[in-house]
Amino acid sequence: MSAYRVLVGCKRVIDYAVKIRVKPDKLGVVTDGVKHSMNPFDEIAIEEAIRLKEKKLASEVVAFSCGPTASQETLRTAMAMGADRAIHVEIDGKEAETLQPIHVAKLLSKVAQEEKIDIIMLGKQAIDDDCNQTAQMTASLLNWPQATFASKIENDNGSFKVTREIDGGLETIKVKLPAVISADLRLNEPRYATLPNIMKAKKKPLAKKKPSDYGVEVKAHQQVLKVEDPPVRQAGQKLETVEDLVVKLKDGGFV
Amino acid sequence: MLRSANFLSKLVTIAGRENQHRITGICSSLVNSKRYASTDKETKSFGMNLFRGQIATDQVFPYPEVLNEDQRQFLRELVDPVAKFFEEQNDAMKNDSIEKVDDVSMEGLKAMGAFGLQVPQDLGGLGLCNTQYARLVEIVGAHDLGVGITLGAHQSIGFKGILLFGSPEQKAKYLPKLATGETMACFCLTEPQSGSDASSIRCRAVLSDDGKHYVLNGSKIWISNGGLSEIFTVFAQTPVKDAKTGETKDKVTAFIVERSFGGVTSGPPEKKMGIKASNTAEVYFEDVKIPAENVLAGEGGGFKVAMNILNNGRFGMAAALSGTMKYCIQKSIEHASTRTQFGQKIDSFGSIQEKIARMTLLQYVTECMAYMISGNMDQGSTEFQIEAAISKVFASEAAWYCADEAIQILGGMGYMKECGLERVMRDLRIFRIFEGTNDILRLFVSLTGIQYAGSSLKELQKAMKNPAANLGLIFGAGSKRAMRMVGMSTGESLTQYVAPELSDSATKASKAIEEFGATVEHLLIKYNKRIIDEQFLLNRLANSAIDIYSMVCVLSRTSRSLSEKHPSAHHETDIANIWCDEAATRINANLSDIKDSGNVKNYDKLAQISRDVVSNGGLYQRHPLGF
Repeated sequence: MSAYRVLVGCKRVIDYAVKIRVKPDKLGVVTDGVKHSMNPFDEIAIEEAIRLKEKKLASEVVAFSCGPTASQETLRTAMAMGADRAIHVEIDGKEAETLQPIHVAKLLSKVAQEEKIDIIMLGKQAIDDDCNQTAQMTASLLNWPQATFASKIENDNGSFKVTREIDGGLETIKVKLPAVISADLRLNEPRYATLPNIMKAKKKPLAKKKPSDYGVEVKAHQQVLKVEDPPVRQAGQKLETVEDLVVKLKDGGFV
Repeated sequence: MLRSANFLSKLVTIAGRENQHRITGICSSLVNSKRYASTDKETKSFGMNLFRGQIATDQVFPYPEVLNEDQRQFLRELVDPVAKFFEEQNDAMKNDSIEKVDDVSMEGLKAMGAFGLQVPQDLGGLGLCNTQYARLVEIVGAHDLGVGITLGAHQSIGFKGILLFGSPEQKAKYLPKLATGETMACFCLTEPQSGSDASSIRCRAVLSDDGKHYVLNGSKIWISNGGLSEIFTVFAQTPVKDAKTGETKDKVTAFIVERSFGGVTSGPPEKKMGIKASNTAEVYFEDVKIPAENVLAGEGGGFKVAMNILNNGRFGMAAALSGTMKYCIQKSIEHASTRTQFGQKIDSFGSIQEKIARMTLLQYVTECMAYMISGNMDQGSTEFQIEAAISKVFASEAAWYCADEAIQILGGMGYMKECGLERVMRDLRIFRIFEGTNDILRLFVSLTGIQYAGSSLKELQKAMKNPAANLGLIFGAGSKRAMRMVGMSTGESLTQYVAPELSDSATKASKAIEEFGATVEHLLIKYNKRIIDEQFLLNRLANSAIDIYSMVCVLSRTSRSLSEKHPSAHHETDIANIWCDEAATRINANLSDIKDSGNVKNYDKLAQISRDVVSNGGLYQRHPLGF
């Protein structure tokens, strides 16, 4: 059994702790001067890949990101955590704003073929657009099996036994490699990048590419018409008795 | 005019009498005559020149920018993981209650690389410059000062001597293990009988007959990390033969001592008010055999080593405390913006607004100073002792004020342990005491500056003896004084260095500097070298120096924000203008107090009151009820 080559998607997103503000033109959210970090689900994916390497199941972990130059910071973080090298496909300005899972999936599938990847490990979704499509589309483009929402991954003689979080419980499936796996929240707890490792990561190779290098077009297929804040929740009302509540519910047509 | 050597040794004596209490004892070598003899020469230090009434802008304008793109990027990458570690892994409250840094957290810090921030990369550290270091300790200061002291006692003072003065062999031998935290270090200066007065230390090391090792005996107290360390930077008296006179005299020498040398023991952890997570212990040396090659910076060079270690570490305290203040402000605004009383959020009340604004001003000023000094140091400046001392005094008092006001804003909630602020307040108290008490540092600021000013007057006196050859010098000084006397400015101004929005403030600062110079001159003429005994005046002078330096740091940084059009530039301009306006008022009051003979009489009375109470062994006045 030879060790696997793992490709991990690492998206740069607005940090989960930041309070999101809509831009005055209502066509997007404010990103300038806002703290960004790696999509938390991608952090879980990279952690899992590094653990595979530590168990000698993986021979190489390649971190991948597409987006503006700043995405390289995210890739440096991935390498500080333990990825061996990184590939950045630079997509700037307008195109980055309208980038969709289909574009990312196309790029990932091309990279996977070029790099002779055995496992593509992705976060189940990004916390900015919550699309939850990239893993599925990538598997489809490559015609590989997919194991999404993984909460446990076990090597099983050349294939992987994956426990998936599904509505109402857990499902265990077995996938043959090559495969696409997407990480759910409970798969692991990602490690911290230590300062010496951050330093060492600076010396790890980071390849800079363009979408055209992979023959992928990243043209927008959609147009953003309007971005709005979620509606402010209406204040509740305190009722004296259960009867009052029943009346209210009836009035509202809920019972 | 002032003879540096005796005047300085006198200061040390004063210091010793006044201040026996100290934890890491660091103040001690406040002044080392040899080093400061060099201050007779011209320096670019703003703080020094201030005492001559001169505006030296080289180091303060523009605000130093020292990081290159690589350093900036690297630092940017380090900030998040460090912050995350302190937010998610380290538990300051737990560390405080178990009175040590929790084992898991300690291991995490080591793995994190936090023990070797400034050790060169080829020796296993991160090789950070002072500015990068400042940015990271700011995060530590915001979360856990107990951990901060553990890290600081290790690298800011513990092995800083090896970093600054170590031979290549010493560095290669010790730094790699220190950088990873495999071994810990501490700084051993303070002794039971020797606090601020470092020259009085009694630890003694004598060279063996074969010249191969020293034998060290003595004990040290209040040593941070003393119970945990493997490596000790120890200051001890050694007999040194004067090359010229042939006389043998005891001089302080610095040694690198390993616990494994044998004869090194430490006492139980001291029970303290705050920074409980950090270890503080007595350390005893009994016939410790130190290899001769473990001397740092040569026999008799110990003062220089101690001085430089302390000078080099003070900016870090300002940086850490700017983080602590940020935390206090955060707590305050979270509470004030959600707490409703009298039907309104309390942040809408003027009393609360003033508190939040004043905390913000102090934090801003502290930040300005910390990064000004770290920047100057990274630019290669070596004359920053006045500035570093000012930043330590200012930061420790500003942080205390912020913690106090934060607790006031939170009211009863702030007083409860749960809230976390009471720990911060306990932790903060030591910062006004250790690494040179603020009282001693104020004297240090005044006297170091006065000495520099005095040396310029000495030049003038010399010139007077041969006026024909030195007309320029005499007329320069004479006309300056004459212009001041008729209330005219001597023409030096800061306005050309600041953004137009700050020109009024710059004028106030320029005037303050001029007045300050005149006051120093007045003191020198009136008291001559007796000025060293006038602590009431010296303190007020130091307070003015602190205020002036703060104004200049703020003007410099805010000017940069304005010229770079930062989104917060307008907000910062308000901060700067208010700060400068109020500082100018304080300076004016302090300086006129110094010159006002009525006030000086008050100081005599204050001294008398103190003598009355002390000689009575307690309060002297009659109780209002008579019993």
